[in-house]
Amino acid sequence: MDNEKTCPGHNETNLYASRRNFLRTSTALAALAVASPVIVKAGENDEKIAALFEKMPLQIEVNGMAHSLSVEPRVTLLDLLREQLHLSGTKKGCDHGQCGACTVHVNGKRINSCLSLAVMNEGKKVTTIEGLANGDKLHPMQEAFIKHDGFQCGYCTPGQIMSAVACINEGHASNEEEIKEFMSGNICRCGAYPNIVDAIMDVKKGGQSL
Amino acid sequence: MINFEYTRVSSVKAAVDTLAKNPTGGFIAGGTNLIDLMKKGVTTPTRLIDINNLPLKDIEETIAGLKIGALAINSEVSQNEIVKEKYPLLMMALKAGASAQLRNMATVGGNMMQRTRCTYFYDIAMPCNKRQPGSGCGAFQGYNRMHAIFGASNKCIAVHPSDMCVALAALNATVTVSGPKGERKILFTDFHRLPGDNPEKDNTLLKGELITGVTIPKNNFTKNVYYLKIRDRASYAFALISVAAALELNGNTIKAARLAMGGVAHKPWRLTEAEKFLTGKTATKENFTKAAELAMKGAKAYGHNDFKLKMGPIAIVEALMKAAQ
Repeated sequence: MDNEKTCPGHNETNLYASRRNFLRTSTALAALAVASPVIVKAGENDEKIAALFEKMPLQIEVNGMAHSLSVEPRVTLLDLLREQLHLSGTKKGCDHGQCGACTVHVNGKRINSCLSLAVMNEGKKVTTIEGLANGDKLHPMQEAFIKHDGFQCGYCTPGQIMSAVACINEGHASNEEEIKEFMSGNICRCGAYPNIVDAIMDVKKGGQSL
Repeated sequence: MINFEYTRVSSVKAAVDTLAKNPTGGFIAGGTNLIDLMKKGVTTPTRLIDINNLPLKDIEETIAGLKIGALAINSEVSQNEIVKEKYPLLMMALKAGASAQLRNMATVGGNMMQRTRCTYFYDIAMPCNKRQPGSGCGAFQGYNRMHAIFGASNKCIAVHPSDMCVALAALNATVTVSGPKGERKILFTDFHRLPGDNPEKDNTLLKGELITGVTIPKNNFTKNVYYLKIRDRASYAFALISVAAALELNGNTIKAARLAMGGVAHKPWRLTEAEKFLTGKTATKENFTKAAELAMKGAKAYGHNDFKLKMGPIAIVEALMKAAQ
């Protein structure tokens, strides 16, 4: 297995030591070769470097589970979730930050995972659509999307729901107009917008803690 | 996406030095535009220097005004209490830009560094003097609905896509940059440039320089401000035309005015003549209309964007009317 999965709280092996070959720390010695006092000083900085095709170690928590992974720098958070962690609930729509299908929460904030390099999420906490439900009990927003028929084909739905939860948590769901504005980063080509807005209004009125 | 080397740095000095050692590399902050460009093959840095750990995230009030770190996140700036209270024009412009998700990722420095959304720039099968100097301009006689009406050249008629930058230009902000030769300041209105014969250069940053922050001088534009953005859909689209308007009113008399437009030029377009005209005048639709006429002098359209010549003055008057309310 390429990936080492660890449950929260488990003691991990020293990842950095075991994967030392993946890391090159720029040293004062290497910098000295350039013989500029400015650059020598920079050499004292903690620079993590991955060369071409080298993988970087990555510690990331996804839906409450800590993962110690190894990824190429060009892998996006979206591809990491789908291809390496097999969490395919997060969808790849446009892959250019225009459709919102890939919306996840990073440290509690919604982002487009297709535009974030996985390695830039070192030490962060990610929540995906798979992390919303509590066992068999659906999240209030998932319930509301079903109740209000907030989808047709369903492809944009995980992103819509992740965005909707954030929209309420941010305090941007006080009325229909505000919801429309703050949900504009999620495109639904089936046109379920009015029902999505209804679902969000309903959850907002319910006042549940999300 | 093409592969690249990746470096994570923790100080401004290390960032600048690492770029000096890797001149074909580039900085990455939020990545919302850069990753997009790399996926399309428009930009192909050999090394990404991740600057997200640099201590440049603070938003602080100083005697001079408001200092915003280059890595302050767009959504955080727009929700900052000082920004909301004392620099509401900036707040309005930030909220008009992109989507909630993108604003949670994009940084102030990155917003300034974003490239044009000209479709010919983005399509690597098409000629583009900005992407590949000397290859020609696809937009000049092509589909140029989104393109410039001010300050364009026969090499490039692309526009700068930012909303935030339009407000910062109107508010006379200053950019602080660090480079191999140390720190220097650039007036915001001098930061972005007109295309001329070198459309590949978006701005006046020198080789190897890093934006570290933006400072907005103290001002009295706290009440009568408005950021008008006209776009093809109600939200989440680039501006066809945007107008940042700020008035300092004494009764109905304009003590000071600031105006800038977005979606019309290769840089945020300050309307200094219109500002001068409005100073000392009363805030009436008639005066706003005259100011708009002055502002549109020299505007030139290229076919598909002819409508902008008509829309421009209407947008300016509308923004001023809203600001004056």
